Amino acid sequence: MILLRLAIGSLTARRFTVGLTVFAIALSVALFLGVEKVRTGARASFADTISGTDLIVGARTGGVQLLLYSVFRIGNATNNVGWEAYSEIAARPEVDWIVPLSLGDSHRGFRVMGTTESYFKHYRYRGDRSLAFAAGSGLNDLFDTVIGADVARELGYSVGDPIVVSHGLASFTEHDDKPFRIAGILEKTGTPVDRTVIVSLEAISAIHVDWTGGGQSADRVSADMVRAMDLTPETVTAAMIGTTSRLKVFALQRAINDYPREPLMAIIPGLALQELWEIVGVAETALVGVSVMVVVTALLGMAAMIFAGLNERRREMAIFRAMGARPGTILLMLVLEAMLIAAAGALLGMVLLTLGMVIAQPMVDAAFGLYLPLDAPGQRELTVFGAVVLAGGLVGLMPALRAYRMSLADGMTVRN
Amino acid sequence: MGERAAIRLREMEFGWSGPPSFRLSVPDFSVAAGETVFLLGESGSGKSTLLSLICGINRPQQGKVEIAGEDLSGLRAGQRDRFRAENIGVIFQMFNLLPYAGALDNILLPLRFAPERRNRVGDARAEALRLATALGLPRELVEHGPAAALSTGQQQRVAVARALIGQPPLIVADEPTSALDAGAQAAFLALLFEQVRAVGATLLMVSHDARLANRFDRHVQLSEIAKIERGAR
Repeated sequence: MILLRLAIGSLTARRFTVGLTVFAIALSVALFLGVEKVRTGARASFADTISGTDLIVGARTGGVQLLLYSVFRIGNATNNVGWEAYSEIAARPEVDWIVPLSLGDSHRGFRVMGTTESYFKHYRYRGDRSLAFAAGSGLNDLFDTVIGADVARELGYSVGDPIVVSHGLASFTEHDDKPFRIAGILEKTGTPVDRTVIVSLEAISAIHVDWTGGGQSADRVSADMVRAMDLTPETVTAAMIGTTSRLKVFALQRAINDYPREPLMAIIPGLALQELWEIVGVAETALVGVSVMVVVTALLGMAAMIFAGLNERRREMAIFRAMGARPGTILLMLVLEAMLIAAAGALLGMVLLTLGMVIAQPMVDAAFGLYLPLDAPGQRELTVFGAVVLAGGLVGLMPALRAYRMSLADGMTVRN
Repeated sequence: MGERAAIRLREMEFGWSGPPSFRLSVPDFSVAAGETVFLLGESGSGKSTLLSLICGINRPQQGKVEIAGEDLSGLRAGQRDRFRAENIGVIFQMFNLLPYAGALDNILLPLRFAPERRNRVGDARAEALRLATALGLPRELVEHGPAAALSTGQQQRVAVARALIGQPPLIVADEPTSALDAGAQAAFLALLFEQVRAVGATLLMVSHDARLANRFDRHVQLSEIAKIERGAR
């Protein structure tokens, strides 16, 4: 115990250089753990976004692309699914439920999605959670909208407010002849739903009824007139399907992929996510590799600091030797010192990361829709702590071996 | 005095071939148990080498170095370190203490490497404080002050307490007074002698200052007992 106390005393006596070294290690550990947090947070966030859906159907494209635009509202569909094909699939015996999705319009940067009441019934996130209303209720009128929590918060909307949908994703053309009314606001989910404006499928048809090609035609159809028209859509962007039995998923997927009159595609969300991780994995590995190198660099800096101090500490070593300490004890003390510095750095790093997350968490959530949970240190933190302390001891072995040789040569005489 | 010698060097040869080469031979030198011996030698006369041989840091190429009957030349390096920890208290010229540790921890340090000495002490903390008080150190300073806050004289007295704790049979002091002024030197030696006599230890003190010699049982000139050859091969 006295050796540990002396090591701590020696470190505090050199608090400035030691403090800087500890801080460098702390930053590197915070970076590493931060990268890990974002990486696993992103994965969990993606995986949490879709659950309970067996298949997603869309026009034939890449599996990852279909997943990204239908569920995560990232990117755009290149083609749509015809209403006839959609209806045929919906009528198949394997289909328990089907939710159509119609994308393409926006409202002040938030995507507008046309769907049916079944969306609120069947969409599941984070395990088995359903969407819930924070205020108002579902789509009752043709021009009702339900908005996500972030849409409401960022634009300051409340139930009853009017809202105008823009044509396309980045355009200045507004569907201002057919204004909507906010009927409901959803609870926060931590998924892209928070950033979505939901309208009925018929409403999507209604606002485009007098549009041809890229513009609105001269003979306009008013909001009142459109209510009397048949608003069955010609196409949908994608559809989410729940099967009657898990065993039927593959048969249904094959049937959709082989659909004769239109090039369609059905994906299993979990498998498409897996495919996505394989693509993203390379970048992730690179990021983790870089942050590991930063930790190694900080530890090497520590070794350099200990090296630089050795000459001034020859007298100290001579005293230890005179008291009967073996050269091996001096080696051990220097390794202990390195491990203490590394341990202090790792602990401080975790504190820094926690503080950083408390500050950055809401911003990351708002900017990327990425919810990073602030949980108690777990297995991963323990492993990282152990690895950093161990690596610190190994790196500390270099100056320790030099001190060992010095103390063998000096004995208890002090050379200055 | 004692029937068994505290220190006995016979036909001892130690050196290295350099360059520069160095050879120290001691044909026969012994110190009886309980004796206080003053060894007079100029700096650079090989005193440090002789002391490191007596303390078992270095090992002679030939002959014997016996401390309390144990031949150190027959022990391995680790055993010699342990033997030194258990049996020898060492006092340096100056800067005896670890500056970042408290005076108390400095006094307790040798016990860490000497379990038998540790067991002899019993309550180590109480014994350290007793010694410090006997040496005229303020208790408050020993318990709470960092060693760096002590005056040179106080530091040397802490070093004496450290050498004496656990009653090692042999105390080796290398110019312990050279950093003190004349008045403090006399007071320091008086305290040292009092405590060494109280435990009946053997004291070997090396100095270049012959005026300090009169308290000791015996004075020896280094040149009388040892032959040193230096070459520039």
